[in-house]
Amino acid sequence: MPPYRPIAIPGSEITPESVYFRRRELLRLGAAGGLALAAPSFAFGATELAARPGGYDPDEQVTPEADATSYNNFYEFGTGKADPAAHSGEFQPRPWTLTVDGLAGKPAEFDLDQLLAFELEERIYRMRCVEGWSMVIPWIGFPLAALLDRVEPLGSARYVAFETVVRPEEMPGQRGVFQPLPWPYVEGLRLDEALSPLTILSLGMYGKTLPNQNGAPVRLVVPWKYGFKGIKSIVRITLTEDQPVTTWNRSAPSEYGFYANVNPEVDHPRWSQATENRIGGGGFFGSNDRPTLMFNGYGDEVADLYAGMDLKANF
Amino acid sequence: MVLPALPRRYHAASIWALYALGLVPAVWTFYLGATGQLIGNPVKIFEHLLGIWALRFLILTLAIAPLRDLAGINWVRYRRALGLLAFWYVAMHFLTYMVLDKRLAFDVIVEDITKRWFITIGMAALVMLIPLALTSNSWSIRRLGTGWGKLHRLIYAVAAAGALHFCLAVKVVGPEQLIYAGLVAVLIGWRLVRHRFMQRRRARRLAEVGS
Repeated sequence: MPPYRPIAIPGSEITPESVYFRRRELLRLGAAGGLALAAPSFAFGATELAARPGGYDPDEQVTPEADATSYNNFYEFGTGKADPAAHSGEFQPRPWTLTVDGLAGKPAEFDLDQLLAFELEERIYRMRCVEGWSMVIPWIGFPLAALLDRVEPLGSARYVAFETVVRPEEMPGQRGVFQPLPWPYVEGLRLDEALSPLTILSLGMYGKTLPNQNGAPVRLVVPWKYGFKGIKSIVRITLTEDQPVTTWNRSAPSEYGFYANVNPEVDHPRWSQATENRIGGGGFFGSNDRPTLMFNGYGDEVADLYAGMDLKANF
Repeated sequence: MVLPALPRRYHAASIWALYALGLVPAVWTFYLGATGQLIGNPVKIFEHLLGIWALRFLILTLAIAPLRDLAGINWVRYRRALGLLAFWYVAMHFLTYMVLDKRLAFDVIVEDITKRWFITIGMAALVMLIPLALTSNSWSIRRLGTGWGKLHRLIYAVAAAGALHFCLAVKVVGPEQLIYAGLVAVLIGWRLVRHRFMQRRRARRLAEVGS
């Protein structure tokens, strides 16, 4: 008698967990007529993530998820826009430890479950890349201020430094002869910028955990600044007294400043920042050009942070 | 190195095939973009594709002469097609930038060309290519005589400008830019040493025959 061999189930036939958990809802939907199964997932390892509405919605058309998860700058996975989605499959965002240290009364380490235990909100923000394109993205996260409160910043703390993970074995952009940037990728904010209610640590987007190409498992979102300030896959946050070094500023100081506030009046040396191309499906004519707004349209909330400052000199 | 020679009666057909094949990347990508199948930033994807193929055809154009000198393969009959394909790709690259990317906002385009170095350099390459494309016919070659060769040395400046334009356009110069710039540098460099190299080789061969 031949030994029993279980029937091989191809991966394509395995029901994704996200669909499984929604099976009753899907049955209801199916019964209601429109049997539209879950949309294809564009993201590596992203799972459903619940959040309450956070009250931020620019009332503009949200960028299709397919665009937001396939047109990315994440040089740790390659310099091409499609590289992060194509080459981040090996990356393991779990388990994760985020260390918060420096000038803090109670420096601490947070694992992913501790981060997910913060009160998560969904906030729809504009995202303006320094390269002249933009998106509208529904982030899930919580104010960075809530995290910093836990570690009790000392009075001497004036800046916040951020650092991305270094894992050459999982991040192809970090290995090989040519390294586009020195690693780790580092970013920074002034403490008052970091404490702004607009500044969030994001753990998800489009109702799911962050896909690897968008900075899993935890990234920064600072909607009034150019996208490169939104450092991804953060492993360390340090409160400092001095202004921290930031990757792009060190790489090309004449092109990328520490502040990097979205400003239509200060051009990048090689292109204008007056307008932006809104990414959004539908081929050559689906996207559209629109004027770039001062502070990316968040001036009411953040302009006071820069009162009296020369924004041309401090670009 | 000896390749099986293409029978003469297929020469003309092979040149037309090259034109047709050469336009495939542009046509195919335009189709994908126009039908919404390019995800992310379709205009930039198309624009950059046209630019990179322009550079590729420039490099292939410059490679024909050294291929004959060093490998003995004579593909000079394909050089006009390669050069004209380079011109068409540069023209489409500019047209895409002007129409699809900048949507004919002429003030913005003029500002780009006059203020931004990498665009100025790219524009210069396009302008230099125009007389070359216009004289890429047998009538012009006969008509211009030795002047034709002198005029067409502009291709070196065009290729150098194209490679520079590519390097200056990106945020970080990486292996891709260096490979293209390196190929252009080697192909132009060959022209500088070619005369001396060929003379030495001829002398060596004469000596071998004599001994």
